[in-house]
Amino acid sequence: MALFEANKITKQYGSVLALDKVSISVPEQCIFGLLGPNGAGKTTLIRIINQITGPDSGELFLNGKKLKPEDVLQIGYLPEERGLYKKMKVGEQALYFAQLKGLSKTEAMKRLKYWFRKLDIVDWWGKKVEELSKGMQQKVQFVTTVLHEPKLLIFDEPFTGFDPVNTNLIKNEILFLRERGATIIFSTHNMESVEELCDNITLIDKAKTLLEGSVNEIRNQWAANEYDIVFAGEVELEGDSQYKILNRQTENDRSIIRLKTVADIDTNDILKSAVKSGKVISFNPALPSMNEIFIRVVEARN
Amino acid sequence: MNKISIIIKREYVTRVRKKSFIIMTILAPVLMAAIIIVPTVVMMNQDQDFKKIAVVEDNADLFRGVIKNTKNLEFVYLENKKIDDLKNSFEKEGYYGILYISPEIVNTPNAIQLLSKKQPPIGLLEHIETSLEKEIEKQKLMTYNIANLDEIMKNVETKVSVQTKKIGDSGEVSETSTGIAMALAYLSGFLMYMLVFMFGSQVMRGVIEEKTSRVVEVIVSSVKPVQLMMGKIIGIALVGLTQFLIWVFLTIAITGVIKSTVLKKGNLTEVSQNMTKSLMTDEQQAATGTQSVNTTPQMAEFSKLFNSAMNQQWGLIILCFIFYFITGYLLYASVFAAIGSAVDNETETQQFMLPVTIPIILALMVAMGTMQNPESSLSFWCSLIPLTSPIVMVARLPFGVPYWQIAVSMALMIITFMAFVWMAAKIYRTGILMYGKKTSWKEMWKWLRYSG
Repeated sequence: MALFEANKITKQYGSVLALDKVSISVPEQCIFGLLGPNGAGKTTLIRIINQITGPDSGELFLNGKKLKPEDVLQIGYLPEERGLYKKMKVGEQALYFAQLKGLSKTEAMKRLKYWFRKLDIVDWWGKKVEELSKGMQQKVQFVTTVLHEPKLLIFDEPFTGFDPVNTNLIKNEILFLRERGATIIFSTHNMESVEELCDNITLIDKAKTLLEGSVNEIRNQWAANEYDIVFAGEVELEGDSQYKILNRQTENDRSIIRLKTVADIDTNDILKSAVKSGKVISFNPALPSMNEIFIRVVEARN
Repeated sequence: MNKISIIIKREYVTRVRKKSFIIMTILAPVLMAAIIIVPTVVMMNQDQDFKKIAVVEDNADLFRGVIKNTKNLEFVYLENKKIDDLKNSFEKEGYYGILYISPEIVNTPNAIQLLSKKQPPIGLLEHIETSLEKEIEKQKLMTYNIANLDEIMKNVETKVSVQTKKIGDSGEVSETSTGIAMALAYLSGFLMYMLVFMFGSQVMRGVIEEKTSRVVEVIVSSVKPVQLMMGKIIGIALVGLTQFLIWVFLTIAITGVIKSTVLKKGNLTEVSQNMTKSLMTDEQQAATGTQSVNTTPQMAEFSKLFNSAMNQQWGLIILCFIFYFITGYLLYASVFAAIGSAVDNETETQQFMLPVTIPIILALMVAMGTMQNPESSLSFWCSLIPLTSPIVMVARLPFGVPYWQIAVSMALMIITFMAFVWMAAKIYRTGILMYGKKTSWKEMWKWLRYSG
């Protein structure tokens, strides 16, 4: 069942159409990638989900029921830019945001202690935010976002400013949160993390939905009849009428050959001819990266 | 807990804990007191400096013993000395300066010189001037050959001091002092201006801070923008009220201390002398030839001043001040909040600030005029018009304002501030989430009419 649904959302700012009948459906306990180039309308959609602004038309559902103002307490939002008071101390600030999200002071303290220990930021409790680096601030912001254990989490570019170690740490936290039952909407330009984390995506550009579905399905759809064959040892495989060779590589005593087949050919036929050339270790469809798909989809539209 | 109260608490606590707030709160009354006390003390010390002055005349003996000595001044009449002889040595001989009186003095008033190494105090000069003036007048009168001149002169001598009393509606008479009323009008008008402006622009800076740091995005996803705006405005208002009340209590405490120490202890002679125009008393003392004997009337004058200060309707003044501070502040702070929400940084506020600053400055100017003429029609109208009334009305209060005028002014104020808060909230709601777009007045007008 979909935890969150947006149905034909349209939003106009003056003469600019920010969203044009955009629909998304986010299954429960799913990490949902909201993709799109700059200015596509992602932030507008996120703001509408957060009820910061209202849509001109369209409907929003949480748990199958129409989204109500009180539902903000079930949503956690990590904005793209750091939204913290610079002069305020980290601990007080986290406590303040937690209370605004409806937690009692004692409950907030308990949870903050848990998260601060978990992310190894206990020492920062009494520091002012302006004394922290960008990545450190991001960690604090992350804690304030997830603290009230919302059902729906929205992360807008959560990894900016992080070193690889911390990126990994936050990635694991996100996966952990999903395990514990959270559903996550994840907006980013970083396609590697999309492949790694996202189950489903929607790609919007210029206010319209261009692509949607599960990451695996999309990659398979865009596979475009390309396959990788891995041989043991050096193998010469020549192209023929059924396929042509796109790329060869040899490494570690293995040959990796990328080929593209003609139209819808039976892959068994290719395998048969390949077996004649040498010892086949693996035969896989060559899936395009999300990055390639992203670029191709957006460029095709322009 | 209610969310607005969480926001109010944060705005209040973070500001009250700031060092600048604590310093300001304690220092302002001290500074205020210093402004009053320091000149008094300086004057007192100057007067206490003993000065010996040599008096030299050219080939004449007209003014011997004319200038009376006072407690701190001794005039030594030197016969047969030339000014040039003394010019270089007077300091060594223990004189503060040389008073040189040329024989032409009767005809040309400028024929008199006081030579000294330092700038002589004004009291000394006035003492010399009045003494000589009186003497010359006397000598001129003497040329008319009037009998018993000395006696007549003594009879003629008068001293005038106007006492102002106010008659209340029920006919009771209370002592007032125009000076006290003026000082109070000035103080409250200026204080109101400062408080409204200071805390109003604090609201604006706070809004800009939240906007540029994107804190709004986080907060607005859990509370309504209007709640955030009102929380901030109310929180800062409480900071202002706290500061004001601390000032009132400190002032009461300081006044109490002054009253008990100055009015009861023996050293009050000098203080009261200084408080009540020390220059005047010096002359009078010299003129009557008595010193330090007539301290009792001065003390009385001082306590009279004190009493007339006490006779002000303090309760009404403070209550009205608090009312006008709250409403005036709410009015302007909401405008400031709307401006803060519409811009991306503080430098952009300029174009919007001007139309807001004009009525405030205008009000301050009218308030200053009110001190001269509290009943003028300009003051009257400005104390009713809500944009200027907070400042002008508090300046009018010490002079007495009919209750119906206060009531009308307050009613108008309440209606207007609610309208302003309502409009500001509409602009704020849209503006706070707009980035990277230069806002114009036209744009703001459009936001005002947005419905959703």
